[in-house]
Amino acid sequence: MESIQQLFEQFFGLEWGFMLFTLVKNLVYIIAIAVPLLLGVAYLTFAERKIIAYMQIRVGPNRVTFFGIPWLRGWGQPIADAVKALMKEIVIPTGANKFLFILAPILTIMPALAAWAVVPFSAELVLADINAGLLYILAMTSMGIYGVIIAGWASNSKYAFLGAMRSAAQVVSYELAMGFALVCVLMMSQSLNLGDIVNGQQGGSMLNWYLIPLFPMFLVYFISGVAETNRAPFDVAEGESEIVAGFHVDYSGMAFTVFFLAEYANMILVATLTAIMFLGGWLPPLDIALFNMVPGFIWLLLKIAFLLFFFLWFRATFPRYRYDQIMRLGWKVFIPITLIWIVVLGLIMQLPESVRNDFPYNLWF
Amino acid sequence: MNFQDIIFYVFSTVLIVSALGVVTSRNPVYSALLLVLSFITCAGLWLLLEAEFLAITLVLVYVGAVMVLFLFVVMMLDINLAQLREGFWRWFPVGGLIALIIVAEITLIMSGSYFGLEEMPAPDPKPADYSNTKELGRVLYTEYVYAFELAAVLLLVAMVAAIALTLRHREDKKSLDVARQVSVRKEDRLRIVSMAAEKKE
Repeated sequence: MESIQQLFEQFFGLEWGFMLFTLVKNLVYIIAIAVPLLLGVAYLTFAERKIIAYMQIRVGPNRVTFFGIPWLRGWGQPIADAVKALMKEIVIPTGANKFLFILAPILTIMPALAAWAVVPFSAELVLADINAGLLYILAMTSMGIYGVIIAGWASNSKYAFLGAMRSAAQVVSYELAMGFALVCVLMMSQSLNLGDIVNGQQGGSMLNWYLIPLFPMFLVYFISGVAETNRAPFDVAEGESEIVAGFHVDYSGMAFTVFFLAEYANMILVATLTAIMFLGGWLPPLDIALFNMVPGFIWLLLKIAFLLFFFLWFRATFPRYRYDQIMRLGWKVFIPITLIWIVVLGLIMQLPESVRNDFPYNLWF
Repeated sequence: MNFQDIIFYVFSTVLIVSALGVVTSRNPVYSALLLVLSFITCAGLWLLLEAEFLAITLVLVYVGAVMVLFLFVVMMLDINLAQLREGFWRWFPVGGLIALIIVAEITLIMSGSYFGLEEMPAPDPKPADYSNTKELGRVLYTEYVYAFELAAVLLLVAMVAAIALTLRHREDKKSLDVARQVSVRKEDRLRIVSMAAEKKE
């Protein structure tokens, strides 16, 4: 690393060499995060089809394989799907706004990938270790909605427009509950840095994770995350039984696939954030030698996979919410719960030290 | 000119062009989207000033919530573009005059002796672990706590007033009563009838 930096500085001068070196280094890091993420997205779609298939007593995709290896049957399916999508024509409907129609999928995937910049994968492994990491995440996830709204409007179709409207109202409502749940997390950790949030959960065992003192907030955050990614049972924005496919009804080929990728990338993001904020990130569940041998990155991956399974399980289990029920859950149930919990947490933080230490398992700080 | 200057000029150019686009574009949806772009570039400029809390809050609040609702409304309106542009040239001199006055005022202040570059040198860059957010929170809840609480109450009053003004009670609406739904028992809904078996024709 040092020698490469010196090479750059010799070529471009001290100041410019350093700038260019930082630029190239960060680009390489970004690719190192984005490529495994997109592969993860591809195989998440495969996992979803397989898991839901087994839940419904089917087998799911079981044909496409690599090099004719029989026990890999089905594993080539996501690759085949991607190739198929690339080959297809992108049809732009008459009367659609061409520029915005093409821009919308890009605007959807951009924040889904940009949010990964501050996600810590282990104690040292993070692209941008910034102070206001939590705020950055909130800002990025709130920007994802633009793609959906613009897609709905630019398609010049009633169904797409209805889907976009539903999605906008839903995301704005659930963002509040999500933000308040995260306020509780930052009250516990007293830091907006995601690495510090994980370090604040360090201790003897998983009883130190924020999952236990903030259990209601964990539920609120995770359910709001499901709603925010427009996944079943909150997928009224797609609502194929009512408005065909919602905001992306007029999209085809790769333009549609980008929406699809963004949805799954957002799912992985929400699962990762829940793992970091409530399940101790890269920390092992017990502080024993055997568990400490496993790298922290693996623990994080296991937690993400565990939470992603819930996303798929929800989809296979619950029927779609009706629209007014979604709004009721967001505004009349989640927001009051989070507001009350913030006040309760603030009161507990004001208790004298001696009383706080008597709490079971020393849960509160 | 170093790297930071380049970023500054790129962001400033985008900001000015998009801000001009907000007022000149023919389509109100484009105007709203360009306003979003100018907010984001403005946040980028604030980041250069080490005001990361304000920058990210601008994106979070204005881009993430306010402008979404704005777009929502603008897209739903069926706006007659020709009618909207009718008085543009008639009112252009007045608008231009106001713009000129504002530019002149800003120039007067910025070129005056109080705000010159000598009076206000760039502050030293803060160390990496300096938390802007923490400092802002400390100041807001200690020194400026009354002003802060007053502003909060003002917003709350406005919110309650907005809801009170638009709220109307309708007698014929069919909304759900969740408590009643939950407390429903099997006996209220289900009637089991015992029937004698019937013969097949």
